Amino acid sequence: MLQIRPIVTALRRHKAGTILIALQIALTLAIICNAFSIIQQRLAHLSQPSGIDEANIIVVQNEWAKPMSTQQVNAQVDTDLEALRHIAGVRDAAISNAYPLRGNGWDDRIMLKPDQLKPTTSTALFFSDERLLDTLGVHLIAGRNFLPGEIKAMDVRDELSPPSAIVTQALAMHLFPNGSALGKSIYFGDAHPVTIVGIVETLQPHSVDRWASGFASQTTILPCRLLSDWGNYYLIRTEPGQIDAVAAKVRQTLFAQDAIRVISDKDGIQEFPQIRKEAYERDRGMAVLMGIVCVVLLSITAAGIVGLTSFWVGQRRKQIGVRRALGARRSDILSYFLTENLLISGGGALVGIVFAMGLNLWLVTRFEMQRLSLAYVLIGVVMLLLLGQGSVLAPAMRASKVPPVEATRSI
Amino acid sequence: MFGYYLDLALRSLKRNRVLTALMVVAIALGIGASMTTLTVLHVLSGDPLPGSSTTLFNPRIDPFSMDGYEPDKPPPEQVTWTDGMNLLHAARADRQALMTGGAVPIQPTLSSLDPFYTDARYTTADFFSMFSVPFLYGRGWNASDDDGKARVVVISKLLNEKLFEGKDSTGQTLRMKDTSFQIVGVLGDWHVNPHFYDLNIGDYAEAEDVFMPLTTSRDMKLPLNGSTDCWGTGGDPEHAENTPCVWLQFWVQITDPAKVEAYKTYLTHYSQEQKTLGRFERPPNVALLNVMQWLDFKKVVPSDVRLQTWLALGFLLVCLVNTVGLMLAKFLRRSAELGVRRALGASRRDVFMQLLIEAGVIGLAGGVGGLLLAYTGLWLVRRQPSSYASLAHLDVTMLLFTFVLALISTICAGLLPAWRACQITPALQLKSQ
Repeated sequence: MLQIRPIVTALRRHKAGTILIALQIALTLAIICNAFSIIQQRLAHLSQPSGIDEANIIVVQNEWAKPMSTQQVNAQVDTDLEALRHIAGVRDAAISNAYPLRGNGWDDRIMLKPDQLKPTTSTALFFSDERLLDTLGVHLIAGRNFLPGEIKAMDVRDELSPPSAIVTQALAMHLFPNGSALGKSIYFGDAHPVTIVGIVETLQPHSVDRWASGFASQTTILPCRLLSDWGNYYLIRTEPGQIDAVAAKVRQTLFAQDAIRVISDKDGIQEFPQIRKEAYERDRGMAVLMGIVCVVLLSITAAGIVGLTSFWVGQRRKQIGVRRALGARRSDILSYFLTENLLISGGGALVGIVFAMGLNLWLVTRFEMQRLSLAYVLIGVVMLLLLGQGSVLAPAMRASKVPPVEATRSI
Repeated sequence: MFGYYLDLALRSLKRNRVLTALMVVAIALGIGASMTTLTVLHVLSGDPLPGSSTTLFNPRIDPFSMDGYEPDKPPPEQVTWTDGMNLLHAARADRQALMTGGAVPIQPTLSSLDPFYTDARYTTADFFSMFSVPFLYGRGWNASDDDGKARVVVISKLLNEKLFEGKDSTGQTLRMKDTSFQIVGVLGDWHVNPHFYDLNIGDYAEAEDVFMPLTTSRDMKLPLNGSTDCWGTGGDPEHAENTPCVWLQFWVQITDPAKVEAYKTYLTHYSQEQKTLGRFERPPNVALLNVMQWLDFKKVVPSDVRLQTWLALGFLLVCLVNTVGLMLAKFLRRSAELGVRRALGASRRDVFMQLLIEAGVIGLAGGVGGLLLAYTGLWLVRRQPSSYASLAHLDVTMLLFTFVLALISTICAGLLPAWRACQITPALQLKSQ
């Protein structure tokens, strides 16, 4: 049934067209495979869990507008937090210097010994108190929360000397791969030991960008309120469904405590779902762009195949007529063009696999992309073969309708 | 002849509208995508200070301790207070400025405005003349204001509009942290992209709103913005002058290219001297990059943008291959017509020219379509939240380049089909009629 040999012979007479279609398929395959890979990578990145109760968290950026001592700031923070906790619908509130996806913050090197020259790893540092875990809704999986007595008010100018720390599971595993991290000591660049008292499941650092990959998923919470006369963040966790109602009351509540402060109209009060959206906007944009590129590329390739095959059908009307007159059925003509396209697409796809791998290697070295998984190549090949068959169908149907009498006409 | 070929081309294109439309749309998509990404790349990799950027240098030395020492590591990107002040006062370059970023709480006198924080730059006097900063009113301060920790500020045009409704505010006061500062200058329109002198603030951050002497900001203990990198035990911003931390940016202007090497030698000597004094532990490790070299070293252009540009060019390539195929089909279909022309005396060259002009017409149409798509694309880019979004505009160079790219690429795409069509033997075509 298959008539490969005459097809190949016929294709030899259309070298340029054949090579062009194959080349187009190869290039399209190379680009879409890598685009799939980029889409998958970006989607994986933006769906990483932050570990907090995102739907119900409000972040307030509170800035002081007058000179204040650390004691004054600490007292004002207590008053503010108490007032925030009394807003109807608020579950808890806490002070912090940072929160997941904030963009920037304090990250530091961690050593396992006081005199170690090369740090073991790095971590994001969140400065807060015993209310942070409940406020963010992170899960403590081992050890204990901070005790109220452990909390210190720390001026940004003071030396970093917390007695204890709570770390994420990822950081604990990195520091102590063979055994529990609980009760062990870590050092932040000086001889002061910090004891790990608790381990939380997940708490994303303040940044998930590439520059922060050295401490990805590795966060440490310290029992210190990091105070400055510049300002701080208040994190608020609301009861489910109350986020908008609470956010509307925050400004008024804080200004009622003390009016000499700045809460920006633009981003002073943000709801976490919005923060998440903005933090990953670039990743989402890139994924959408790649998606559009794939669709447009496939359409152009399909249009190109339709155009060129239609031309070939027009050129071969007489030959088709002769074949029909000699007894070929319509289905024979149809399968001729489908097989022809399959051969060209298959050849193009084979070259395309090589192109895709090459392009991927180059992207890996230049743009820190992941290696292309074979699954995407296979999906791409199948898609292009189906696309080829689909787009050749209409011209091939037209060809099969050429009447045998065509053979007797001169042109 | 050109007019006649043009007429022939238009007729031929009209005869097969679907095929023509397909080619034009493919070219337009390829050109539109390429031009959108190339424009973004062009804007982002532009020169922030055309004309003077080659005379501005960022001197770097390595004051770190031996901890984590690697021989080939480049020196840190900022300087300590001590080194910054030493290099500033040595004044070995034509101009020099030591600076850092910060934020200041402004207490407006207008009762309708609440207090607010805004970005500030704490710098020394040469900043304005070095970076050719335009002034709307007044001028910068001088070195004696630096020494005297004078309470003077220069504000941006935007802040002047917000606080003083755009009137000449020099001589007026600006209140920050319960202290009055005298406004000595108001800047004109000043946009430096990228924000080369301090990339820690953001690669494409807007210029600051408030400028004041570095010494004044330290005296007032105003909050800092940016990156601080410490070694040993440090990290006390209150006494940042004495801590082992790099947190200041130092820039020099050297107008005579012959003196650049001499300045680099001076940096090496300085490092050597500091090592002898016991302040530095590492062997001298210096760098002196000018603005564009510095931006290149810092890889300021986002890698996503470069990736998108390559992708768009790949996309254009597929569109062109597609067009080559379609043009081949179109030209060969007209073998009979071309055969008649050849038989009537047109040379191969004539036929070749005729077909290339047809390709050019497609290119031009594709260019126009591509331009519209590029405008749409850039409009979409501007709606993105990235810091550089607002910069994405098509300038005249890129506009012309769009057409050149569209024309050249389609004519190249037309070469093979036109050449194939020229190979037709007229006799054979006439015979089969």
